Amino acid sequence: MKISFNVNGKQTSVDVPQDTPLLWVLRDTLGLTGTKFGCGKALCGACTVHLNGMAVRSCQTAIGSVSGQKVTTIEGLGGNHKVQKAWMKLDVPQCGYCQPGQMMSAAALLASNKNPSDADIDGFMSGNICRCGTYPRIRAAIKDAAKMA
Amino acid sequence: MENMIKNETRRDFLKVSGTVAGGLALGFYLPNGPRVAQAAVPTHSPNAWVKIGTDNSITIMCARSEMGQDVYTSMPILVAEELEVDLNKVKVEFAPPAEVYINALLGGQLTGGSTSVRDAWEKLRKAGASARMMLVAAAASDWGVDAAQCKAANGMVTGPGGKKATYGSLAAKAATMEVPKDVPLKPSSQFKIVGNKGQKRLDTEVKVKGTAQFGIDTRVPGMLYAAVAMAPMIGGKVASYDDSRAKSMPGVKAVVQYSRGVAVVADSYWQAKKAKDLLLITWDAGPNGDNDQKKIWDGLRTASEQPGAVFREHGDAEGTMGSAAKTIEATYQLPFLSHSPMEPQNTTADVRADKAIIITPTQFQQLVPHVVAGATGLKPEQVEVHTTFLGGGFGRRVEVDYTIDAAEISKAVGAPVKMVWSREDDMTHDSYRPASLMKLSAGLDSSGKPVAMRFHATSPSISARLFPSLVKDGIDPLAVEGIDNYPYDTPNIKLTYQMHDTGVTPGYWRGVSHNLNAVALECFVDEMANAAGKDPIQFRIDNLDMGSTKHQWSGLSAGVPVGARMKRVLEEVRAKSGWGKKLPAGKGMGVAVMEGYNTVIAMVAEVTVSADYDVSVDKVTAVVDAGTLVHPDQALAQMQGTINFGQSACMWGEITIKNGGVEQTNFDTYRVARMNEAPKVLDIHFIKSDSTPGGLGEPGTAVIQPAIGNAIFAACGKRVRTLPFTAEHIRGA
Repeated sequence: MKISFNVNGKQTSVDVPQDTPLLWVLRDTLGLTGTKFGCGKALCGACTVHLNGMAVRSCQTAIGSVSGQKVTTIEGLGGNHKVQKAWMKLDVPQCGYCQPGQMMSAAALLASNKNPSDADIDGFMSGNICRCGTYPRIRAAIKDAAKMA
Repeated sequence: MENMIKNETRRDFLKVSGTVAGGLALGFYLPNGPRVAQAAVPTHSPNAWVKIGTDNSITIMCARSEMGQDVYTSMPILVAEELEVDLNKVKVEFAPPAEVYINALLGGQLTGGSTSVRDAWEKLRKAGASARMMLVAAAASDWGVDAAQCKAANGMVTGPGGKKATYGSLAAKAATMEVPKDVPLKPSSQFKIVGNKGQKRLDTEVKVKGTAQFGIDTRVPGMLYAAVAMAPMIGGKVASYDDSRAKSMPGVKAVVQYSRGVAVVADSYWQAKKAKDLLLITWDAGPNGDNDQKKIWDGLRTASEQPGAVFREHGDAEGTMGSAAKTIEATYQLPFLSHSPMEPQNTTADVRADKAIIITPTQFQQLVPHVVAGATGLKPEQVEVHTTFLGGGFGRRVEVDYTIDAAEISKAVGAPVKMVWSREDDMTHDSYRPASLMKLSAGLDSSGKPVAMRFHATSPSISARLFPSLVKDGIDPLAVEGIDNYPYDTPNIKLTYQMHDTGVTPGYWRGVSHNLNAVALECFVDEMANAAGKDPIQFRIDNLDMGSTKHQWSGLSAGVPVGARMKRVLEEVRAKSGWGKKLPAGKGMGVAVMEGYNTVIAMVAEVTVSADYDVSVDKVTAVVDAGTLVHPDQALAQMQGTINFGQSACMWGEITIKNGGVEQTNFDTYRVARMNEAPKVLDIHFIKSDSTPGGLGEPGTAVIQPAIGNAIFAACGKRVRTLPFTAEHIRGA
């Protein structure tokens, strides 16, 4: 059945079973492959997107629940978002696979907390795994982004 | 030894292939692989590493797999430095498999062993210089002047009388010029790009925008998706299956059995995955169906009673041990570990009657055509391989198993197929850092000086599975690294290795056996210092072998004396870490030092151990002598990354076996470090050096582990010899 929702500012309609995870609709149906598959169980954060501005794990978000709502993916962050600027400035990514999820989490954190402490960052970002060990740069980039207007 | 690996490994390749891909002329080869872009403008290649467009675009080929370690930038840096072009304007393209791209340190077009920059160091600068000389020669010929009167800079050749020509305008002629035989290189004092601290990665932008193409992002016309079911027991096979329910699911195109499982092929991954969950499969458990932890460890312990093969010996270790003033001994147990890169294994395969196109995140593109040929009946030269960005590698993608699977499935359905493993597939069908048992003993004289050392490693051999001809006289050179270069000046030593198969597929895991041998050794050296009543850093310095440190087996180390380098990093880490300062109860500092991949690292870890034996790593100070840093900021990134990777492994990493299969299936049962659990402060220093670069992708992973183990001892007095350093193991120590 058809489900309509807004993706990165565009009204979109897909015809997939309601229980299909948003992750696979984004990646396979809409070709938005910036959102990554890591664990399928909301354990790693690689699939993080914004649903109405809140960070959610798209692998555990059924498309049926997204009907009529607003989804933002890494592609919709725009490229010039302060988080992306800070990530660029500090050359945060190594392999880069987890980074879209990291940036989506970081952007959601900064949207609700303009000046997060180390503990705030730890708390918010602990759901996003990076195996390359970019954590020190992620932390520094979040602080850097927080300083940007 | 490097030559030995090269030759032996090459022989393995030849055995599989019967043919060698690519051609070689004057050391250069014009790539004509699948990745050659449909360029809008013609390009010309003075050699296999450089393509110059008539629009002055410069493309540099990247012949190693980018899995985070920065080859996508650090290797083009070497070419651009001598080519005299603006690195930030070059395009980078992943190279196809070809003879010219073979890694001389490994004997294959393979990314591993922290060899990429080391292998490329002269080769790629020469490739850049040679191309530049050919461009200059072309300009000189056009202008009728001597090449010595011309100069190349910033993509332009200038000559006498204000003559100027862009590389793009010269490229066609340059490609026809004679390849220079004598290619002098810049002295390090003239480097502009090599060593530039402000140089950014060339792949950051696509990785920040989400447009970087990983294997899993591949989309080709007409592509179907495959989800797979593989035996839960290692080495198990399909006995029979019922696919009636799976086949009735929407979107399902086919259910096919392939060598090691059953694949559901559908219009989308989610349809394939849902249908796959409805397969009813009876498994033939295979020879190891009843394997478990008890069998594995009983087997290792029994095997460790064997004398093993001697890989380094001088003096009379056993005799001296008996008469030493003090003798200590210890056994270290190290668990299986999973690679678990963030991108699960996947491959897109399009196998047709006369050719196959394979798009895959691989560390070993050279092997792919041969194994796909074997699986499909095609010839290797009919197989095109495209290497994507890798969402982590860590050694897992040296294996080509998943590529073979995808090729079999595509062939069976006669369509392009993207096979994607679930996290569960990935974690339970990994090749695992092998579980190992290390028995050590040392004799000290009355002054506390070591006079005898015995090291007896019992460990599965990875090479026996992947490159059997590397194994000679019972010794796998990659199983003794991190101990064959035993760095201490001990008059009587005997180092032995006992190979033992546990029935669990062993794999090369970032740092490989350094993570076994050097971890056990550096923890034990701390025990020796303690027994001698000496400070652990001073004890190491006092007992270093300042002469020739031998690397008899491991071809991936330098075979050069490292005593002086070790002394220096130990002294510096002592000064930088605040070693010896008074710490509150429950806190402690531990040190470790190691040479690996021609890089020497000393680390001090500062930890807090709670009353419940929970450990947090408060700070790590590292001093690193890695020779010339080609890309300093990313050398730092590799140290940050390897410290995190090793810390994660030694604190929590453990794969266990039950009923023949892996018990851990996802990140809830295989714990890896999260941001709040990673070391809080990393203080990393590099020794200024213009020596040949050392490897940086791996050695830090091993050094952090004994540093943490020794810090735990300093903090709470518990000597933990069973890894990982969990509360349970600390309590039981």
